[in-house]
Amino acid sequence: MRIFDPHIHMSSRTTDDYEAMHAAGVRALVEPAFWLGQPRTNVGSFLDYFDSLVGWERFRAAQFGIAHHCTIALNPKEANDPRCAEVIDLLPRYLDKDGVVAVGEVGFDSMTEAEEKAFARQLELAVEFALPAMVHTPHRDKEAGTRRTLELVEASGLAPGMVVVDHLNEVTVGQVDDAGCWMGFSIYPDTKMDEHRMVRILQERGLDRVLVNSAADWGRSDPLKTAKTGQAMLEAGFSDDDVDRVLWRNPVEFFGQSGRLVLEDVAGSADPGATFEGNSILRGGRD
Amino acid sequence: MTTLLPLVDPAELRRHLSAEGAAALDSMVAEVTAEPARIGRLFAGAARRTGRGPLAGHDVLAQDAVRVELLAAAAAALDGDRLRAELVELYRFGDSDEKRAVLLGLNRLDPSAGLDGSDLLLDALRTNDTRLVAAAMGDHARHLPDDAWRHGVLKCLFTGVPVAEVAGLEERADAELAAMAERFATERRAAGREVPADVATVVAAHDRTTEPRKA
Ligand SMILES: [Zn+2]
Repeated sequence: MRIFDPHIHMSSRTTDDYEAMHAAGVRALVEPAFWLGQPRTNVGSFLDYFDSLVGWERFRAAQFGIAHHCTIALNPKEANDPRCAEVIDLLPRYLDKDGVVAVGEVGFDSMTEAEEKAFARQLELAVEFALPAMVHTPHRDKEAGTRRTLELVEASGLAPGMVVVDHLNEVTVGQVDDAGCWMGFSIYPDTKMDEHRMVRILQERGLDRVLVNSAADWGRSDPLKTAKTGQAMLEAGFSDDDVDRVLWRNPVEFFGQSGRLVLEDVAGSADPGATFEGNSILRGGRD
Repeated sequence: MTTLLPLVDPAELRRHLSAEGAAALDSMVAEVTAEPARIGRLFAGAARRTGRGPLAGHDVLAQDAVRVELLAAAAAALDGDRLRAELVELYRFGDSDEKRAVLLGLNRLDPSAGLDGSDLLLDALRTNDTRLVAAAMGDHARHLPDDAWRHGVLKCLFTGVPVAEVAGLEERADAELAAMAERFATERRAAGREVPADVATVVAAHDRTTEPRKA
């Protein structure tokens, strides 16, 4: 099983996690910029964090045979703090980096005016930099938050296929599917969404435009939830190819739209002899 | 106005790139030559336009050679102070690849330019990223004070960067560095761990700098 975790906050995880993830088949991941648990109080704090996402964390992942990419954004929670909001003006410096494959996590937390302004502005940046967008949906009042999210996406002019709306569940998946956006599911070790419910959603809706992630961070979470979902899919009768599609080819297709995925160092070790879709766009002008 | 040599001969580099990659590099070099400040906008995405990866027959990555050629173009149009300001800015907001390219560029500066980028080397030596540590111990490391330079060599031993990457080791190795390397070896032996062969290289380098060479 080769796995691409499209949403995991490795800066909060240990080297034991990297080892266990590699052993379970994880060869690539995307680390979205998000909140650190402790609120930031100034713009410089964001810049050091972004530097680590395009620097140290990528190096650390590479030591364990895992390709690290990231997304960059002002997260919705801190968009509400005027001391932090100015970081938006500095995002363009980072959105042009090789390892940055989307704008994110953007979206809503408490659905304030400040959040909406930051969200809309960052969707504009996604259009400007020809990058996909990763949208976080709120844990409280998710249904209304998802609805407003889709309205803003439509207004932005960003193609729905360039947007993943994340942390979905049975209630919110339908409207995202109808809008033509990618559907992200975070599999948690609690009641929010588990691998068996995920399998039922895949049985009902199919495998198109679905991304499955662990969303593991500093909270109670499990970086192996992607592998466990693959296992649950196999037990429910899905084929190896189905699992490969959901856990590898789908995220490669979605983030490949950035033109910035670099997977050749790791893809071979995960699946010897395989050529994967998108390879030709991965090396820039060379082949 | 300042001389900074490319890592790879420009014609040779273009032979390794695709036709589009070579054309993209030509156009970026022309842009930077005309307006050096443009390098701030081109540096990050340069390798996406030219290609990346090892260059056959060279111990150099294509992305490094491309970025250093852009630095060479900027240097040719800037005096030492303005070039330094540009390098500091590129390094500050660079990802690891960009930072490494700036360090490799410093190593290719003509010494007569008098440009001192040792603050960037010291920043790189504070990281544990072996690619940055190695690039920081190249030719430009002659600007480092002795104590920082010795600790740079020791960091190479610690992090497994081959000391072959350290420029001028033979000339600069001194008794203090040899003693530091010996103490590092003692700690390793006490812990029952392997002593890297490079410890002997560092100690031998000092021996050769102190003993008169035999003809
Ligand atoms: Zn997240």
